[in-house]
Amino acid sequence: MLNVDYALLFSVSLILRYGVSLWPYSGEGKPPMHGDYEAQRHWQEITINLPLDQWYNHTQDNDLLYWGLDYPPLTAYHSYLVGQVAHRVNSSFTELHQSRGIESPDHKLFMRLSVIVADLLILFPAIRFFCGSSLSATALLLAIYPGLILIDHGHFQYNGISLGLFVISVAAVIRNCDVLGSIAFCLALNYKQMELYHALPFFFYLLGKCLHQPSFLRKISKLFVIGVSVIGTFVAVWLPFFLAGPYTTLQVVRRIFPVDRGLYEDKVANFWCTIDIIFKLKQNLDTSQIGLLCIAATLLLSLPSNLHVLRYPTPRNFVMSLLNTSLVFFLFSFHVHEKTILLVAIPAILATSVLDKKSAFQRYWLPWFLILTVFSMVPLLVKDGLLLPTIASTVFFCIMYGNLDQMVSTSSSPLNERMSSPLPVEPNSFWIQLLGFSQVVSLCGACLLTLLHEVYPPPARYPYLWPTLICAYSSLHFLLFLLAFHVIQFSSGVTVSISKKKL
Amino acid sequence: MLIAGFLALACVKLLYLPSYKSTDFEVHRNWLAITSSLGVQSWYHEATSQWTLDYPPFFAWFEFALSKVAVHFDPEMLVIKNLGYSSDKTILFQRLSVIVTDFVFAVGAWTCMKNMHNLKSVQARGPSRDAAIYTLLLTNAGLFMVDHIHFQYNGFLFGFLLLSIGAMMQEQYLLGSLWFCVLLNLKHIYMYIAPAYFIFLLRAYCFNNSAFSITRLVKLGSLVILTFVVSFGPFVNQIPQVISRLFPFKRGLCHAYWAPNFWAVYNLVDKALTIIGKKFGGDMIKIPTATDLNGTQASMTGGLVQDIEHIVLPSVPPLATFIITFLFMVPCLIKLWRRPNSVNFMRSLTLCGWSSFLFGWHVHEKAVLIMILPMTLLAVISRKEAKYFLLLAITGHFSLFPLLYPHQELYTKMFLHIAWAFLAVKMLKKVHKCDLLTLAEKIYLLASVIIFIYSEFIHFYLPPNLAKYEFLPLLAYSAYSALGVISTYVSPDRKR
Repeated sequence: MLNVDYALLFSVSLILRYGVSLWPYSGEGKPPMHGDYEAQRHWQEITINLPLDQWYNHTQDNDLLYWGLDYPPLTAYHSYLVGQVAHRVNSSFTELHQSRGIESPDHKLFMRLSVIVADLLILFPAIRFFCGSSLSATALLLAIYPGLILIDHGHFQYNGISLGLFVISVAAVIRNCDVLGSIAFCLALNYKQMELYHALPFFFYLLGKCLHQPSFLRKISKLFVIGVSVIGTFVAVWLPFFLAGPYTTLQVVRRIFPVDRGLYEDKVANFWCTIDIIFKLKQNLDTSQIGLLCIAATLLLSLPSNLHVLRYPTPRNFVMSLLNTSLVFFLFSFHVHEKTILLVAIPAILATSVLDKKSAFQRYWLPWFLILTVFSMVPLLVKDGLLLPTIASTVFFCIMYGNLDQMVSTSSSPLNERMSSPLPVEPNSFWIQLLGFSQVVSLCGACLLTLLHEVYPPPARYPYLWPTLICAYSSLHFLLFLLAFHVIQFSSGVTVSISKKKL
Repeated sequence: MLIAGFLALACVKLLYLPSYKSTDFEVHRNWLAITSSLGVQSWYHEATSQWTLDYPPFFAWFEFALSKVAVHFDPEMLVIKNLGYSSDKTILFQRLSVIVTDFVFAVGAWTCMKNMHNLKSVQARGPSRDAAIYTLLLTNAGLFMVDHIHFQYNGFLFGFLLLSIGAMMQEQYLLGSLWFCVLLNLKHIYMYIAPAYFIFLLRAYCFNNSAFSITRLVKLGSLVILTFVVSFGPFVNQIPQVISRLFPFKRGLCHAYWAPNFWAVYNLVDKALTIIGKKFGGDMIKIPTATDLNGTQASMTGGLVQDIEHIVLPSVPPLATFIITFLFMVPCLIKLWRRPNSVNFMRSLTLCGWSSFLFGWHVHEKAVLIMILPMTLLAVISRKEAKYFLLLAITGHFSLFPLLYPHQELYTKMFLHIAWAFLAVKMLKKVHKCDLLTLAEKIYLLASVIIFIYSEFIHFYLPPNLAKYEFLPLLAYSAYSALGVISTYVSPDRKR
């Protein structure tokens, strides 16, 4: 049966997505390398023209220096599928070698539609599955969050697929369909290796659930079943590569985890990048030392929230741990891209389903955080020519967020039409007022920095002044949020509503 | 809520900045150039571009005011000789000007929403009604498609109409008339709904407590005359030229794309009869030679704008359309005379727009908005009107699809249309607390999907001998939509 609320939400979401897709993509009109758009097109070209054992290998036909595949096999399979369709629509799109750097309105429309189709097939059903039959704030926010729209439909990527699978896995695991959840998460992981950011909480939550089983046999059998589904999924996805031989398989691993890359590329709102302003890490430590530092910091800082989940495996703690762990990974790990902040934003939105809607989290922390995630990507988006859609989609998001109650309550029963006298509202405490004030000041600062970045050319001595400032500003905020989110996770005094979700 | 709603919509409109724009974009750029570069005496004589000024003087002044801002974006757009100029800054400015002037529409919608509270005959009450009026007006998909993609200033113009209706709801008759006169001097096509104003003002205002008040008539008359004097005053020496620009009658019975009105069906029937007549020999029906047949057939349906000669059915001169249009307005005007309240006024307004759409001369498909927008206000009043509104609006918006023909805009119009349709169904269901459409009506609306799939996809893949009938998709749209529009027109009339 058609659920009008969801139909409306998704069609509005499609309007936003399609509108953004009218704007330039990454690397548009910038030969010879172009950008992520060309990378995705190139992978279609490689996967449909070459045999599987050459996809990740440097061969005569496959020049790995020109956008070599560096995502796990599921991305390759997806590129293969899309490539097959592309070939039938217009064979010049995927002509081996000849189609490099192809740019035409038809091709752009095709590529943009492929992202929309991916969202329709995976992300939207994931949202529906997570949120149940009545529209909730979570569904609305997931559907209109500008960060995901701008990166997927503007810059050009397919994060909707991996994040959609991730959302499905979280929903399944919360509902105690652990096998489905494990399979979905493994699929997400096999689509983009960055999903490793979410791996620890899954591991500890599932382990915690196993340990809480009543009998020893149950514990072992549950562990066994989950283990089998994880291994089974990996084998199913990697089988063609296993069959092609150990060299090919290892080569895939090498491409996915390039350990010889630097600590960071460009400017990222990451702890190390910010520290670098004062203390030049690259000059004082060598690569392996830096690597060790990153791993140590990341794992150590992830420990608190994950041990908490292990000890008290509830959905609330699980989702908060997802948020905290991914934020720790973003801030402290190796070779982080600014786009990976999306991996933190999505769990943050999911947290609205396990926290009270009147809590400080939903009223202050979350909108503040989400807007800053978009702000942290401004240098990237401006480089792509996406400043106007960034502003438009973010302002739209803010207005919708401000009227969240009205949007979501329209799906509640029509019987509350009678205007009742308003309930007495407690005046905000001093801390809440301070929070609100800080939020406003901070966002004004963000707007100012964006304006300066756009309008004022940087001094010759510091050509990267604005991106650096934007990154530093964002990362300092993210550190603050890290603290706040940890406090929220560990405070169980807040009223918790985990509504039974109807499928 | 006024500002928040307007801003949120403005953001969505901003996203569609890079969309296709029609020749109307160049039309308005040309008018910016004319009004900023030339003196007032040349505005209606300038003919460097084929898109000569054919709106009344207030709109010319509006373009003049816009040009003062335009000069800060890109002064090159104000050079008349730069035909077809569309730099990035030009596009940004023009699109922004439509988005910003839509604020008049938002204020008008807000006024109507607020003043609805005063009406006694209104059934539904409560915040859901307010939300429905304001939201459905502001987010109207047809307006979005025509104004922000195709490019026009209808939001701005309809804003004045809404302000006028809002004033009438408050029984501020003079203010309402003022807004309407301003509107007429901005775009004279609103002349079509003037009869409703005339009757309403005469009966409700001039007949003060059933006693005819000369003072009021004089007040009203002077207001109207004053407005027109201010508008046409600077052009007093060139009135014939202005008139000839405003009323170009050389155009044909139907526009290039047939608006889904009565004449479209008339043409279709004529064509069908011709084909049948051709098949069964031609003694009874005078059929011209094959070449004549091909010539006139092609010109009628080939998408060009020309005078149309009908072959089987009698040809239709402009005067006939006027008379028929007016005849169909009479029933609602009589009802308005008998009971001159604001709701009946809105109904007459809508029905006048309806009959002018169905029977008028050279009607643009965009004129469907003149029915849909005022009817949005009626939709919250009763269930019957809500149902007719849904049928009319959804079909009407669908009939606008051929306007946005590029492939890229296929998805734009689809998403906009579908989203608004769901929004309208949901909000009106909440207002009236019941399901508004019957199964048959839902099936009719869903049938549009078939027409859509055919016209946008299948038609291009037909074998060559059929593909030459390129008018067929447009014809399909017209015929299907005409069915919807006409049937909803006929039904409410019977209820009266």
